[in-house]
Amino acid sequence: MDAVAQLFQSIPVDQILIQTINGIVTGMILALVASGLTLIFGIMEVVNFAHGELFMLGAYIGVLVLAGTGSFWIALVVASLMVALFGAALQIVTLRPLLGRDPLTTILATFGTSLILQNYALWQFGPVARKIQEPITSHFHLFYLEYPWYRLLIAVLSGAIIGAFWLFLKFGKFGIWIRATTQDRVMAQAMGIPVPWVHTATFAIGAGMAAASGVLFGPLVGVNHTMGLDWVLKAFIVVVVGGMGNLGGSILAAIFISLLEAYASIWVSPAQAIIVSFIALILTLLFRPTGLFVPTPK
Amino acid sequence: MSTRPTTTYWIGFCVVQALLIAAPLALPEFWRRFLTEVLIWGLLAMSSDLLIGYTGMVSFGHSAFFGLGMYGAAAALLLVSPPNLWLAMGLGLIGAAAIALFVAYFSTRLRDIYFAITTLIFSQIFYVIIFTWTSVTGGENGLIFSRPPLSIPFLFSMRFTGTTLHWFVLAVVTASYLILRRVTQSPFGMVLQSIRENEARTRAIGYPVERYKIVAVMLSGLFAGLAGVLYAIQNQFAAPDFVYFLTSGDTVIFNVMGGIGTLVGPIVGAGAFQLLRELLSRLFGDQFPYLIPLGFVFILIIIFLPQGLLGFARRWLNR
Repeated sequence: MDAVAQLFQSIPVDQILIQTINGIVTGMILALVASGLTLIFGIMEVVNFAHGELFMLGAYIGVLVLAGTGSFWIALVVASLMVALFGAALQIVTLRPLLGRDPLTTILATFGTSLILQNYALWQFGPVARKIQEPITSHFHLFYLEYPWYRLLIAVLSGAIIGAFWLFLKFGKFGIWIRATTQDRVMAQAMGIPVPWVHTATFAIGAGMAAASGVLFGPLVGVNHTMGLDWVLKAFIVVVVGGMGNLGGSILAAIFISLLEAYASIWVSPAQAIIVSFIALILTLLFRPTGLFVPTPK
Repeated sequence: MSTRPTTTYWIGFCVVQALLIAAPLALPEFWRRFLTEVLIWGLLAMSSDLLIGYTGMVSFGHSAFFGLGMYGAAAALLLVSPPNLWLAMGLGLIGAAAIALFVAYFSTRLRDIYFAITTLIFSQIFYVIIFTWTSVTGGENGLIFSRPPLSIPFLFSMRFTGTTLHWFVLAVVTASYLILRRVTQSPFGMVLQSIRENEARTRAIGYPVERYKIVAVMLSGLFAGLAGVLYAIQNQFAAPDFVYFLTSGDTVIFNVMGGIGTLVGPIVGAGAFQLLRELLSRLFGDQFPYLIPLGFVFILIIIFLPQGLLGFARRWLNR
């Protein structure tokens, strides 16, 4: 009995609780990034390699608008809208000509875009990280920590955006078009849905969501030109673990992966904690390559 | 099959070889070094062409094989004294082969885009390991070592000069090219191409597609590792930067620019890429973000010239 009691005492309950909250917060942001990625994949079989760079671009626009207007909320909205417009333009210029070709060419084209954007950011803003001031700076007590309210606000806002998006997909006219196009592109076209514009709009929505998460996440780590790659890698892992093209699966997988990494970083450094999510990916590929959080395909 | 085009092919091959052999004698130091590096990058790109061009699998993880070749060679050169060229090569190849087997086993379970993503993620795993395991790999600083002499056991041993190093690299790259060419034309290579054209049908005919893919990834990883060894010998250091995903990205760009499915194309692509890069940084200074214009060129090639620079010669080159 003593041994059991000792074992329980050796578990750092406070740390685990803190990391649970941390994990859910990053998980919600990751879900916001990954749901855009999976939506774009689901509807046009495009793996958007530039998704992380759209995230980064959003954060940078957030920095600029915040410096200009002083309001975090204006920065959030403006960054999302501008990156959404940019995403639409990007889709029309680089992806529309590739429609009907091997899906692999789209990963190449978006990879080229990501190179351009990343190097543009480095050229324009330099290698030093920029800071976004969080809109609320108050804290609350959590064991030995002063935990910032802002982190919880991020989780709530991300959840709200995802929820609104889900409602839009479920009940909005355009959302229904998107779902119809995902199910059967040819049939949707035959029913009079303007499929090329649905593609463009979907890409724009995904880009806007990435930008919003970029602005929300900016205050936590600072904004620099390489932040996109880390996130797109994580989002890729999430999308594969959650089942490609499956929105609900991606959201669950995002939280699952972030919790895993958060718990792992109690014992190892955060850089090494990423390996845990890699292992989750490998196990998923081994035992359930269709994704963890989707019903078994018949 | 007529013999005439084959003859012209071999004549062309010999002319290019002669030019490449003569090049270091005529070129100044800088461009000789440049050419040697293009050959090494070309070998890396060629190895990935076996997957992209012939099997229809885009690998975004070739930096892992390249890097492990590099670190394997570094380990052999640092641990064994006096440093031995062939030991470095052997250990580099073993390192690359080991992780190629690992990557191949897992990633070939998936197709198309999923394959690309998993290879990318695998290469990042190795990057994180190499970057954080400072006590063994030197972490961010990498490893520095001295160049081994060119030696044939019991016969002779001499120090590499710039010119002999170029010839050595050229010999290795040419041998690899001939081997890869033979592989792609063999029955095995034909099966790979049929997987590219129609995987389901290839499986239905009765070929064990997964096994073929694993062997293809391993072969490709082996040659990428060889390129890593050569790069380590040329530059006398191993750094985690080369395991980073940008190296894989460059490899894919070389392939697309030069023309996939030609083996020679990727080398030409590597040359064109490095030449453009050099040109841009000479015109606009070292700080110029050369990847921006190169990215535009890359996207334009994908949209308007999907066959790449050498695409028009594909049939002829594969004869």
